[in-house]
Amino acid sequence: MKSKKLNLNSHTILLLITIVLFIVLYMLGCILYSKKGFTHLQTFLNILITNAGLICIASGMTCVMLTAGIDISVGGLVAMDCMMLAVGINSGIPAPVMVLLVILTGLVFGLMQGFFVGYLNIQPFIVSMAGMFFTRGMTAVISTDQVSITKDTSPLYYAWANYKIKLPFGGYVNNKGVYNAPYIRINVVIALIVLIIIFIMLRHTKFGRSLYAVGGNEQSAAMMGLNVKSVKLKAYVLSSFLCSIGGICFSLNTMSGSVQQALGLEMDAISSAVIGGTLLTGGVGNVLGSFFGVLINGTISSIVKTNGKLASSWPNILTAALLFLFIVIQSIFAAIRSKKIH
Amino acid sequence: MNVELMWKKIKKSQLLLPVVAMILVMAINIIHDAATGVGAFSFFKITLQQTTGNGTILYGRIIDILNRGSEAALLALGMTLVVSASAGTDISVGSVMSLSASFCCMLLAGYGVSSTNELAVPLIVGLLAAILMGCVCGAFNGLLVARFNIQPMVATLILYSAARAIGLLLCNDLIVYVRNDSFGFFGSFMGPIPTPIIITAICIAILSLILKKTALGMYIQSVGINSRASRIAGLNSKMIIHLAYIVCGLFAGIAGIVASSRITSADSNNIGLYLEMDAILAVALGGNSLGGGKFSLAGSIIGAYTIQAITTTLYALGVSTNQAPVFKAIIVIIIVAIQAPPVKAFVRKRKLSKTSKGVA
Repeated sequence: MKSKKLNLNSHTILLLITIVLFIVLYMLGCILYSKKGFTHLQTFLNILITNAGLICIASGMTCVMLTAGIDISVGGLVAMDCMMLAVGINSGIPAPVMVLLVILTGLVFGLMQGFFVGYLNIQPFIVSMAGMFFTRGMTAVISTDQVSITKDTSPLYYAWANYKIKLPFGGYVNNKGVYNAPYIRINVVIALIVLIIIFIMLRHTKFGRSLYAVGGNEQSAAMMGLNVKSVKLKAYVLSSFLCSIGGICFSLNTMSGSVQQALGLEMDAISSAVIGGTLLTGGVGNVLGSFFGVLINGTISSIVKTNGKLASSWPNILTAALLFLFIVIQSIFAAIRSKKIH
Repeated sequence: MNVELMWKKIKKSQLLLPVVAMILVMAINIIHDAATGVGAFSFFKITLQQTTGNGTILYGRIIDILNRGSEAALLALGMTLVVSASAGTDISVGSVMSLSASFCCMLLAGYGVSSTNELAVPLIVGLLAAILMGCVCGAFNGLLVARFNIQPMVATLILYSAARAIGLLLCNDLIVYVRNDSFGFFGSFMGPIPTPIIITAICIAILSLILKKTALGMYIQSVGINSRASRIAGLNSKMIIHLAYIVCGLFAGIAGIVASSRITSADSNNIGLYLEMDAILAVALGGNSLGGGKFSLAGSIIGAYTIQAITTTLYALGVSTNQAPVFKAIIVIIIVAIQAPPVKAFVRKRKLSKTSKGVA
């Protein structure tokens, strides 16, 4: 009983560390670059806008990681989604149809991956690696060019991408005396809805709890009467589904498709989840942590971008350093826990 | 009877899968060549060709596969040990390769210089530095995995994203060219034979000699099968896992030198890109379990060259570089699906029911 309580505490502490770290980083940015407009609410909203896709993808990744799996195909799937949207819409298919098609593709793709992992018992890393190769290759099969969606080819999609939802607070008056209201875009709304739904799902639904159970101990989950194979399958379907939604959010930002798009996105998603306190061994994690993980990643690249003089490789190095810090903290917690239990 | 016994032995052998895959690739090549009328066995043809200089070099598709597959084979060597000892994969090797190459070229050209014909430091310093950098990266990974008990994939994720970025930083965000023949030697020819082949052969020979002559190979396997039991039996499990990662980093460093020497430059963004996947795939294709334990070095090496053969064949069939991964993915899935326990069980069941019907 006692160990359970401690268990809960150490995970809450990890989540708290993540949140505090985000606030500290953001404050640092505000102090360093207050003159460059870092203090405006819009800077924060811009982080949300650029990372809306990543929030969806990291949510899906968290669900898969809870079952002690991993899905490294997400970067490729996003590239394929963007390419499908770009080519499809440019060839005259209505945008809503393409969006549905992309989501359908994600579901089918997830079903395949889930079948191989859940029912054929193949290592998730290998399956999703094959998935990554497949999606990247398919992107090139669809088109090897850089395809852009413009206002002429699809006014509807263009309108979606550029629709600003203005917030009634937090604006500022610029030096010309014009009031600038802060805004978010549609993809932020989508991402936040996804986040809330997954949060509730993981906490309060049978499926959400069974994800934790399968990741915590597969054997005892099976003995409890859970259908482990089906839970795993559903986790991968969910991941690919959320990844497709993320891909649409991504596409709304970039309005184009290319083979080189979203390179390394899978590692961004994984590192966000790990920074947010999700363990790759499964059974431990929270989608809220992953959200803050994404925000930390976004803040770092925003700070580096605002500085303007730092080399482009700094965000990668800083994220890796943070990852290192968090992994060491996690392992210390794990060591303390195992000492207390024994 | 004897033949049957042999067949049974072959069927059980770990090398069956990679060898069959290799033969299949060759068969496809032969059929394709015969169909296009260039001579059925042009795949195996090796000729001596005059170079623009006054040397002669070996030329042929097999030589090309052996040459181009060198980096993957080198990485597969280290990866085999890592997979065996720690039941996890080192996904940072491609990035570490890039970092080693950048470090080597940065030293040889001098910091901030983007193109040079003269070496700033003796060649050997650059080479040793690159190998040392590989070892340091491997030691870092090993530290996290062995001492901090962190899952290999997460631990190596750190260097996966950082190493390439650090390499870029070392090169001042530029592609550093070292246009010097003594440096280019490692990616070109030694006499008529491509140097990468020789380097790989030497590495394979040394490693297999060490594994054969010392108990290291057995130690690694025993740690991989059950690290706790090995520790109780008196092995320093952590030390052995750590060592496996250092060796893996060492080979990544050597592969980095070969890769950068081939293009006589340090292209941080592209050297070793996705090569970690090829290395892991080679290990899996070699019939090694990714769950650790027993390993076969020969399997991994054949696996690495098979992958290169597949890639070369795809190019020969006219598939573009970007589209080739689709076929790779399908091949991977087929290979792992045949090996999957549920599929094997299903096949065995079918066979049993067939034989029982035959008896009845």
